[in-house]
Amino acid sequence: MSEDVYVLGVDMIKFGRFPHRTIDGLGAEAALLALDDAGLGIRDMQALYLGNVGHVTQFVGQKILQQIGQTGIPVVNCTNACASGATAFREAYLAVKSGEFDLVLAVGVEQMGKGLLGNAGGGDDGIPREGLLGSRLMPALFAEVGMEHSRKYGTKPEHFAKVSVKNHHHSTLNPKAMYQIETPLEEVMGAEMIAYPNTKLMCSVNVDGSAAAVIASAKKARELGMGRAVRVRASALTSDRFTQRDLTLPDFNTCTRDAARIAYEKAGIGPQDINLVELHDCFATAEIVHYENLGLCGEGEAGAFIDSGATWLGGKVPVNVSGGLLSKGHPLGATGIANIYEVATHLRGEAGARQVEGARLGLTHVLGLGQACAVHVLEKV
Amino acid sequence: MSDAALANPPTIVPFLKFGADGAPYLEGQQCADCGEIYTTERMACSKCFSRKPFKAVKLPTTGELYTFSIVHRSYPGIKVPFVSATVDLDAACSLKGTLIDVEPDPNHVKTGMKVEVVFRELEHRNKEGRTYVSYFFRPRQA
Ligand SMILES: [Zn+2]
Repeated sequence: MSEDVYVLGVDMIKFGRFPHRTIDGLGAEAALLALDDAGLGIRDMQALYLGNVGHVTQFVGQKILQQIGQTGIPVVNCTNACASGATAFREAYLAVKSGEFDLVLAVGVEQMGKGLLGNAGGGDDGIPREGLLGSRLMPALFAEVGMEHSRKYGTKPEHFAKVSVKNHHHSTLNPKAMYQIETPLEEVMGAEMIAYPNTKLMCSVNVDGSAAAVIASAKKARELGMGRAVRVRASALTSDRFTQRDLTLPDFNTCTRDAARIAYEKAGIGPQDINLVELHDCFATAEIVHYENLGLCGEGEAGAFIDSGATWLGGKVPVNVSGGLLSKGHPLGATGIANIYEVATHLRGEAGARQVEGARLGLTHVLGLGQACAVHVLEKV
Repeated sequence: MSDAALANPPTIVPFLKFGADGAPYLEGQQCADCGEIYTTERMACSKCFSRKPFKAVKLPTTGELYTFSIVHRSYPGIKVPFVSATVDLDAACSLKGTLIDVEPDPNHVKTGMKVEVVFRELEHRNKEGRTYVSYFFRPRQA
């Protein structure tokens, strides 16, 4: 069996809107932050894995090296929708796990426009299908997934809205979140309706951002010092296997359940062992279904679970203490590494006001429409 | 293109076809091995991987609303609100579409409600000036 793999350095920039900066500049900033955090330089890195969606054909990884040091190392540019950053992290992890490299860098970066994700489309005839054949927009797709949960278990709009109240509250404790604003339940539910039952405050925030991680072999980690190292206990990546309606309504549940199962098996743990979770709350409805998909609560119990306060900071298993995609922001390619940063920061005991006390094991989850689901389990050393 | 094809109006999806009598219907592709039905063409069955030729089947026009969202914000030019629906066609496949002839309000749209497929002419016309046809869902009376 191959040896453990460690995160030696990890960081993210404060998410925001930076229309006047370049994509490579944003990525380079996170790369340098992560290298500084590890106490290493670009000359120590043996490969770079880059996650991005919007500019991925533009060799973003290479452009970052042109900004911080052209060492000629292999660069792999990964795209996997909202799982792009996690995919880059996983490729970096696998490269080290395989024994090929001892020290590699993973960077996730995104520069987004404002407004809705996705596009109206229009075939060769120029007629948009949106509105004609239902909606393919993200808010509607994830709303339909929420309504599926309502249908099965009687989940109410209030349950979904409470996710936003919680995550917006958490973000007030995170200086790197896009927003730090409390949103009471009435405000969340009274906000502009985007796609029932998701209001505007129940949709993730389009922001620009970047995050990066330095990943090391056990040998290198021992050599450099394990002081702030975080062990990667498991990495899982899935796509959508055939399920009844997946080709009609993307099945975000099954690929998440598959990834979670694989990750728990690899880590040799169960969901009850996890101390904090950063999961893909692209919409409030999504967080509710993922409580069950990740095994944090039983089938059909997600509504009661949010009601119980279990997923608030101080609860049984705090979820999205960073503020989540709903308030920290969702720069697609950066998201999967930003949530690694969040969990690692808690495991290191460096999360300040939002610290999950005594955190030893944390889980990250991202989900790209298409589908690509990544789950990582991180452990305090 | 055959004369018959020229005689039929343009459609918004390739699986909307017209019978010899000119009546529109939806056509599925059924796996010869496992029976799964698809509305789009594929090289092999996604479910059982069979590479036997698919059989064209006429899809039923009745079904049930599996889940939905009421879309209030969309791209400029897209009329809102509308009901985005995922429908399970009876003993066939599921199908995405827009639910019409109902108030776009959660008090009126309910998962599990019986629906039917209807065909409507759109306001869009092709280069020859012919009107496009698409399918929609509407509530079905008990
Ligand atoms: Zn088959």
